[in-house]
Amino acid sequence: MIEIKNLTKRFGANTILDDISLTVNKGEILGFLGPNGAGKSTTMKIITSFWSPTKGSVKIDGHDVVADSLATRKKIGYLPETVPLYDDMRVYEYLKFVAEIRGVKKELVKDRIKNVVISCGLKSVLRKPIEELSKGYRQRLGLAQAIMHEPDILILDEPTTGLDPNQIVEIRDLIKKLGKEKTVIFSTHILSEVSATCDRAIIINNGRIVGEGSPDALIKSAGGKEIIHLKAKGPREEIMKKLEEIENIESVEFKDEESLAVPGFDIISKPGVDIRENLSKTILTNGWSIYEMHKKSVSLEDVFRELTK
Amino acid sequence: MNKEDLKIIYILFKKELMGYFNSPIAYIFIGVFLVVGNWLFFKNFFLIGQVNMRAYYDLLPWIFLFLSPALTMRLWAEEKKAGTIEFLLTLPVTDWQVVLSKFFGALAFLTISLLLTLTLPFSLLSLGNLDWGPVLGGYLGAILLGGAYLSLGLFISSLTKNQIIAFVLGLVACFTAFIIGAQFVLIGAPKFIVPILDFLGLGNHFYNIAKGVIDSKDVIFYLSFIFVFLFLNARVIESRGWK
Repeated sequence: MIEIKNLTKRFGANTILDDISLTVNKGEILGFLGPNGAGKSTTMKIITSFWSPTKGSVKIDGHDVVADSLATRKKIGYLPETVPLYDDMRVYEYLKFVAEIRGVKKELVKDRIKNVVISCGLKSVLRKPIEELSKGYRQRLGLAQAIMHEPDILILDEPTTGLDPNQIVEIRDLIKKLGKEKTVIFSTHILSEVSATCDRAIIINNGRIVGEGSPDALIKSAGGKEIIHLKAKGPREEIMKKLEEIENIESVEFKDEESLAVPGFDIISKPGVDIRENLSKTILTNGWSIYEMHKKSVSLEDVFRELTK
Repeated sequence: MNKEDLKIIYILFKKELMGYFNSPIAYIFIGVFLVVGNWLFFKNFFLIGQVNMRAYYDLLPWIFLFLSPALTMRLWAEEKKAGTIEFLLTLPVTDWQVVLSKFFGALAFLTISLLLTLTLPFSLLSLGNLDWGPVLGGYLGAILLGGAYLSLGLFISSLTKNQIIAFVLGLVACFTAFIIGAQFVLIGAPKFIVPILDFLGLGNHFYNIAKGVIDSKDVIFYLSFIFVFLFLNARVIESRGWK
């Protein structure tokens, strides 16, 4: 379990993290969202004891990451954003070094390396110098390094950046698999990734938590408004006027037009009211016809943009 | 320090030492060190016509001056530049363990290069009677002097992420530490600081030891010098992410 309490980090006059508190439970996959420079990496650097906090504390299973950092580091596997690897080593040599320094028992080293090589798909590059690896393989090696000592907690800083779509799916599946028995915190820009993998997401902006909850809950909390997109054949101004007269409508916005005769509208209703029936009745009784009508769902992207504006 | 700590230092030390041999720098270093040293030594050896290594030990501080910063320049600067420092310092290791392993890695490499110069005293053996006292003293002194240079260079490498800057500043720092005790500086210096400079200069203690007289004062001087800069090094690493 990770407990972050009133965490603040300042560099001179710059406040990177401003009083962040959150708890991550065992076995949870937590997505960390936020624009660049929001403080995601800084939080991770503090959890992993690379940087120390200006104020506040981070505790891992009750151990403080500053006072008792050797104990907490042993529990964590960390993949930094830049995927730093020793370029002049060979893949096998590097993995062996990681296993040894992570205190894997001598008789287990070979098995452990074998396991991570299989689960990260590194078999074909085992003898290669690291500097010759492609971006995708570097990322996998970085992940292999992080899971070598079978840590309880995985901290992954943008693990899928720079990968191609196939690799992204692979890494995502791997994270999901690992998340079954471990606590995983990972940061990302890609919001679909959060919906696909996370139990819970935190949205952070300018060093503050601005949104928290499961991806679905986050979307609901964005206001629960429903947007209906409507395309109808008829004169634009008149349709708009009639639509605005319907009960329970918050706003009608002209969006686009298929052709001059077929304008499109985004209609926002008051929460909890289904206006589709009234909409179609209004259009039809006026002698126009409906070409298209669908509910636009609010996506995590919209929530993200709303919260981090 | 218990067994576990030593084991971690040993694993890191192995990585540091292998780091030299994984890159061409090791072979270039050894090549330049042997060629320059032996050539400068033998240039005058037959003119002087004495079977001892004094001329070689006069050269060593100067050769080390250029080669030590070359060994230490990348140790921190490269970790910072490549970002591997973030990996290294989030491992379950202490800052001190990392500093010590880097220092001893460099020192071990320097010692290996120095061992390759053992061909010198053995060639001299065939030319006449060699007094082994000064020879062994010289090697011990060289390791201590090298250690002092390396600790200074390592400290300077921790201040920057640019290897070239680390090299040049390291060279300047080592040169300064060496030159303040040199005869021609002492002659020109104000009277009252002469003993201080004479004591602080890195070379003088080496020349004492290389005479074959191993005085604990000289040994302790080097060990303290090394400790001070390793300590400063650890403090610099500790203060990461403060500003």
